[in-house]
Amino acid sequence: MFIINCPYCGEREQSEFKAGGEAHIVRPKQPTELSDDEWAEYLFMRKNIKGIQFERWNHAHGCRKWFNMVRDTSNDEIKAVYKMGEKPPVE
Amino acid sequence: MTKNLRLKTGKAIDETYRISFKFNGSTYYGFKGDTLASALLANDVHLIGRSFKYHRPRGIMTAGSEEPNAIVQLHNDSSRTEPNVRATEIEIYEGLEASSQNCWPSVKFDIGGINNLLSPLLPAGFYYKTFMWPASFWEKYEYFIRRSAGLGKSPTKPDPDIYEHKYIHCDVLIIGAGISGIMAAKIAAKNGLKTLLVEEKPNLGGSTIYQNSDHFKINNQNSGSWLEKEINEIKKLKNLEIKTRTSVAAYHGYNFLLARENLTDHLPINQRKNKTRHKLLKIRANKVITATGSIERPMIFDNNDRPGILLSSAIKRFADYFGVACGEKNILFTNNDSAYETAISLVQKGINIEAIIDNREEVNSKLIYEVEKNNIKIYKGYTITDTSGYKRINKISIMQLSKDGQKVVGSKIILSCDCLGVSGGWTPAVHLFTQSGGKLKFREDDQVFIPNIYPSDQLSIGSCNGDFTLDEILLNTPKSLIEYLNIKNTEYDNLEILSSTNKSKRNIWLLPSDKILGKTKSFVDYQNDATAKDIKLALREGFRSIEHVKRYTTTGMGTDQGKLGNMHALGIISETAGAKMGELGTTTFRPPYTPLTFGTIVGRNVGEYFDIFRKTPIHDWHVIHKAEFENVGQWKRAWYYPKENENMHEAVQRESKAARESAGILDASTLGKIDIQGTDASEFLNRVYTNAWSKLAVGKCRYGLMLNEDGMVYDDGVTTRLGENHYIMTTTTGGAANVMGKLEDYLQTEWPELDVYLTSVTDHFATVSVCGPNSKKIVSEVIPDLDFSDESFPHMSFKNAKIGKINCRVMRISFTGEHSYEINVQANYAKSVWEKCMEAGKDFNITPYGTETMHLLRAEKGFIIVGQDTDATMTPIDLQMDWIVSKKKYDFIGKRSLYRSDTIREDRKQLVGLLTENPNEVLEEGAQIVADINKSPIEMLGHVTSSYYSPNLKKSIALGVVRGGKNMMGQKLIIPMEKKNISVIVADPVFLDKENKRLNA
Repeated sequence: MFIINCPYCGEREQSEFKAGGEAHIVRPKQPTELSDDEWAEYLFMRKNIKGIQFERWNHAHGCRKWFNMVRDTSNDEIKAVYKMGEKPPVE
Repeated sequence: MTKNLRLKTGKAIDETYRISFKFNGSTYYGFKGDTLASALLANDVHLIGRSFKYHRPRGIMTAGSEEPNAIVQLHNDSSRTEPNVRATEIEIYEGLEASSQNCWPSVKFDIGGINNLLSPLLPAGFYYKTFMWPASFWEKYEYFIRRSAGLGKSPTKPDPDIYEHKYIHCDVLIIGAGISGIMAAKIAAKNGLKTLLVEEKPNLGGSTIYQNSDHFKINNQNSGSWLEKEINEIKKLKNLEIKTRTSVAAYHGYNFLLARENLTDHLPINQRKNKTRHKLLKIRANKVITATGSIERPMIFDNNDRPGILLSSAIKRFADYFGVACGEKNILFTNNDSAYETAISLVQKGINIEAIIDNREEVNSKLIYEVEKNNIKIYKGYTITDTSGYKRINKISIMQLSKDGQKVVGSKIILSCDCLGVSGGWTPAVHLFTQSGGKLKFREDDQVFIPNIYPSDQLSIGSCNGDFTLDEILLNTPKSLIEYLNIKNTEYDNLEILSSTNKSKRNIWLLPSDKILGKTKSFVDYQNDATAKDIKLALREGFRSIEHVKRYTTTGMGTDQGKLGNMHALGIISETAGAKMGELGTTTFRPPYTPLTFGTIVGRNVGEYFDIFRKTPIHDWHVIHKAEFENVGQWKRAWYYPKENENMHEAVQRESKAARESAGILDASTLGKIDIQGTDASEFLNRVYTNAWSKLAVGKCRYGLMLNEDGMVYDDGVTTRLGENHYIMTTTTGGAANVMGKLEDYLQTEWPELDVYLTSVTDHFATVSVCGPNSKKIVSEVIPDLDFSDESFPHMSFKNAKIGKINCRVMRISFTGEHSYEINVQANYAKSVWEKCMEAGKDFNITPYGTETMHLLRAEKGFIIVGQDTDATMTPIDLQMDWIVSKKKYDFIGKRSLYRSDTIREDRKQLVGLLTENPNEVLEEGAQIVADINKSPIEMLGHVTSSYYSPNLKKSIALGVVRGGKNMMGQKLIIPMEKKNISVIVADPVFLDKENKRLNA
């Protein structure tokens, strides 16, 4: 079970958090102008990487804030956490 | 003649404290400190149980938690009886009763033993191969297979014992209190670290504590006495906590570990009352030091499983620690030096050793010279080829090994014995290390897997790290701790060490025999009866992956997870398939390391605490008025209120009629409520609901439908505009938390520019809903100051009001289609408001109704319930709710998905009403709907989602989803049931008051 460093609250048990899937997928500003395929790309297509993955997490049983996480899915090492809207750390 | 197998000295034994116990109905005696295994051995009982598949007699093989054979059924009563208890772990107590498993009628005469003779017919994968066909026969096979399978019996009554969970945080957790664990504990604690030392056995000191020989010395003292002093010292350390009888079950990521602390299993039953039996410790440690030791390997030869065959180290432990001789005519069989330590111990105690068989040729070892001095015959370069003795070993056959170890040569020698100790070297106990995600490497020299890459802040020390001899442990432990704990030195840096073990080993995974392999039974997994032959067969049949071979042969799949034989299985695969051990890898070790009882896992979460439940503030009233309850999410909701002898149907019919004819009252407090404030609140609602919100006037209510981004209906409810920038949204009962989460998600991540704040107020407000033609009269009596005229307070509007001094929000909204009011008050006033309504409604036969009647009433009106009439595949168009989807709005969640090629298909499943041809026939919810019963295969068009008998319409009504149903109005469809086919006509889903006249009645 992870210990997650919430950018707002500090280190907490994983049981306080909820995973929210891949990060940095921006909702299209003008969905009506997208083709079915383009919309499907946004709606359904997600990466499932063995290695470094960018993820959204929510401190559901804490401050309720969403934030981003860089996690190595091969060994569950959390490389970084950063707030929504912030740029992912390089490397 | 009774043999005297109890020795004068036994380190753990209190000879002044005699304990009686029963095994298979006979009474035996042991001493305080004995395990069931040591006490039985002292009574010359070796035969403990029967093996799983062949029902072969089996005995005690080890002295620890790795035991595969000596597993027993403990206690006789139907609530405490426990299967698969290892006799080597359970400490005896006055009144203990144990019995053999997997045998009938008795362990001495077991009918299942016939399987042993049939064994040529029971190869690996036998069940897969034999019972596959014909498929229809499976049910018949299954009956017999299930009856003859399984170890032990489960209790049939609830567990009467108490279990607890406890969280522990520490700087350093040390697992295992052998010599290296003790040293680590002292170093860590003395360096100011908050340290926890856990040990699965009742006492500290591992196997060194009874090492009492001139060949092993530390600072000129016997290693055992030296360690004893160390133990006495660490017991005084302030920041060291020691927990014995505590077995680490699981090692998860981020140094999160689960351990089971056993608190009462060693006490007489009458001393256990009101005490916690097991504690599940949830340990989070900054650093973990694994000192779990190593497990001695057996050797794989023909008939290597007979009672009386033990690990050599177990024989030593029983003699030194428990003061028990396992036999009077002992033979040891080894490929390394450690069996000679056993020999020396036995010689010291005057126990007879007939011979030692050593795989190795001449070896220069002080231990061997010492044994030879005592005139014990050592057969060097020999191997055992077979054993005999059905219920107890009585003879072995030995032959010389060829130079390459592949064959046996020369003539056979027969030796008689009553006990055989085997030592195939040692396997580091890396189970916890690999559970944590650690990667192993294979050390060719002595053919062991040792820890290589640590996945978290941890360290392995001692023999679980591959340091098997006393000098290696004493030298390497302080060194690695200095580096790991980042300290300058330890008090163990300059120990004077004498260690006499020669490290040579002649490893042969499968020992050769004079017989062909097909004629041998060389057990690799004792508990699951998997033999070397089975493994080779699996390879011949094409299995290559170690994980596949494991499952096909069931090697390592018993309750012991193959702690003894897994390495041999790997070795045999490696040799047969010509693959390198290091490349084959090991099978995955999974938690728990040793089995846990269910009680330990659930702890206090039993009975009413199994899952928390939520009660409305009016709950007590419902209880007093004999409501039946329904679980909705975690809520307990009043389901219906039966009167006297009413059954559910009768109660619901009465409640439904009353609500339409006069007045009904419902506790709607469980609906999710979200308070929405901010200057962009209207815009926010525009984006999350399918309909438009900007023009909703203050004081008005509106029904909204929420979609997922994929266009499927997610939730619905009425939202009220309380002020210019203030709304209160209601959600479905079950969906409240998810809706809140979803709205927060969009606000925080997609639309952070919106000025909107969300607060969950579900628990803060309670809702009393009064409906029916007389509802206005009732509510206006409760709130006399409010103007209830239709002009001032029309349908879909809201007013602030006061009931005495209690503030309340009254919404005129309806889920039943009747004229109705919902009174929202602060939760702690809810019961009094409810009672006021009941009082005011007395003359109007106000009838409390539950969720079942609510469902019926709304079905009469064709109102959907999200999650009952919808699943995650229904769009608003599928629900025939096009009217609620705004065409004007540029965007809302899910809009784009409503015209994907898939969602615009005409033949999607669509919600329709269903009327049975026979108006008294009520359909079953979930029943399939078809058009042509004669078509093969029958085409399923959809299913019934809601179905009731309507007392107001006096006929059966139903909602269902039907492929292309929208265009089937008036068409006849069929519901095929087990006993008959029911004809239905597709109808409008609104069955009652389509003109909504009753809302203003």
